[in-house]
Amino acid sequence: MQYLSDEEVLALEKKANEIRQSVIEMLIAAGSGHTAGPLDMADVFTLLYFHVLHHRPNEPLWPDRDRLILSNGHICPVLYATLAHSGYFPKEELMTLRKFGTRLQGHPHREALPGLETTSGPLGSGLSQALGMALAERMENPYSSKYFYCLTGDGELDEGQIWEAFMHAGKEQLHNLIVIIDRNGIQIDGYTTDVMPLEPLAEKLSAFNWDVQEVDGHNFQMLNDAIGKAQAVYSQPSVIIAHTIPSRGVDVFERDFRWHGNPPGKGPEDRVKRDEQGEVALRKLRTLAGHITAPEHS
Amino acid sequence: MNMPAEHLNKKLFDDDIEQVPNRDGFGEGLRKAAERDKRVVALCGDLTESTRMSVFLEAFPERFVQVGVAEQSMASVASGMAAMGKIPFMASYAMFSPGRNWEQIRTTICYNNANVKLVGSHAGVSVGPDGATHQALEDIALTRVLPNMTVVVPCDSIEAKKTTLAAAQHVGPLYIRLAREQTPVITTEDSPFEIGKVQIYLSPESGEKKLGIIACGTILHNALLAGKKLNDEGVGVSVMNLATIKPLDEEAILAFAKAHQVIVTVEEHQIAGGMGSAITELLSEKHPMRVVRVGVRDQFGQSGEPQELIKHYGMDADSIYEAAKKLI
Repeated sequence: MQYLSDEEVLALEKKANEIRQSVIEMLIAAGSGHTAGPLDMADVFTLLYFHVLHHRPNEPLWPDRDRLILSNGHICPVLYATLAHSGYFPKEELMTLRKFGTRLQGHPHREALPGLETTSGPLGSGLSQALGMALAERMENPYSSKYFYCLTGDGELDEGQIWEAFMHAGKEQLHNLIVIIDRNGIQIDGYTTDVMPLEPLAEKLSAFNWDVQEVDGHNFQMLNDAIGKAQAVYSQPSVIIAHTIPSRGVDVFERDFRWHGNPPGKGPEDRVKRDEQGEVALRKLRTLAGHITAPEHS
Repeated sequence: MNMPAEHLNKKLFDDDIEQVPNRDGFGEGLRKAAERDKRVVALCGDLTESTRMSVFLEAFPERFVQVGVAEQSMASVASGMAAMGKIPFMASYAMFSPGRNWEQIRTTICYNNANVKLVGSHAGVSVGPDGATHQALEDIALTRVLPNMTVVVPCDSIEAKKTTLAAAQHVGPLYIRLAREQTPVITTEDSPFEIGKVQIYLSPESGEKKLGIIACGTILHNALLAGKKLNDEGVGVSVMNLATIKPLDEEAILAFAKAHQVIVTVEEHQIAGGMGSAITELLSEKHPMRVVRVGVRDQFGQSGEPQELIKHYGMDADSIYEAAKKLI
């Protein structure tokens, strides 16, 4: 894993901010969709697509590419935005999200859009697919340098299937499989600790024979170091619990579980009136008035 | 269309006809398919011996994935392996796959159009003593409603072997339904077989064709016995082997229906949603006529000996004969 210079961190923060703006614009245009997860995972997606992954946006089926499998398909606005910003398809197409005839389905459909490795939406099945891919790769080429990154939510960990896969990947000692959990602490019905407590999560995963790290999911340097360490582990699959702030980047949306499944204009009104939510979010992102550490654009 | 007699087992109507579980044919077919194509891999949910995946495991241990008792994950792991170019066969009892893991099959295999072959063994009441929890009577219904899915129900061990070999070459999701019990070997190595094509195994020697029986799976033998008895009485019966339930061989089925006055469908499955339903859907749209469905009528199975249960639920040769006789 390449070390990140301060300039590179700054560039990634700016890119993540642009991706967040796209996410907000897409959700406003769509009039439905999820807000909290796409905003809080923008940093992870930006780091992966602009620094970590070996991929070719102009050759999406390049056989030697690393694979990114999105298990919690409902956060696809951030995946679509990152793919467009990486050059997989025109950014203008982002505004077709969820509309009739679009390639940007409400939940991702592999055959619809270049750059998607799988279809997802029903929760808990992405890790099994990533493990199948990693296993097939090892069967074909034990010395392969490809990595298989699976991104999951934390509410998704309520699903039984994902623990079947955690158990199985531990058994197979799949070093080429790296999971990043969006530990934002919320799901549709409330805070994960109320809906279905997950802690002690790190200990559970460790007991399933995974290498476990916990990091600040908004700190590029820490995330990058954690991925580098995960790649270096050879006898176990690796999981990174990325602690994130739901709706990160738009402070008036942050930390409120009610932003899980609502777009700007349909969210809770405690902090911003509905008819101002989209405009306020975009203004905060454009002026970097959220939690972004990069200096303001001139 | 008529199957020449020499292409079927010469002892077809004899009491001492050879009996083999059709899952044996799957085991042998999978090993052969793997010899021919190194992309073939196998996944099993802790039922390696009874699904006959053990034959593959012995020959190709490095291409076998033991998933444990985790049918939901197995479906998605298979999908992931297919995404990397493998041809995964995944096996369990039909009750658990596609029973337990239907949504994973729908989303990660069918919607993804992943090249995965599902093998559901121990389908039907002929599972016997294990009882209703293990007797899948709904799996044809569950699989045939899925876009991109092909559904094949082999009638014996030889057809199961041919189905498995053809499945490995077929591109796209495909379900093979198998049974536990030893059943008559109806076909021979020379019997024609093609996914998506029906075969007619019995026709009246002369005279009017009155009754057309369409059957699938190992229960086909009972339909053939009933058809023979009726033909011996001069009734005029044909029997079709409908191995591929999806996609239906519409042209051949319509020609068969038009040549007969009444159609009887026979399947070891709920009469709702299964093969008989597929036939009534086709005929009600394209050639409305009387269709009588023989199968399990909105009930669960129970413990017992396979033949006792087949008789109890009205799928033995005598019951099929009586059901058909009433229509003449």
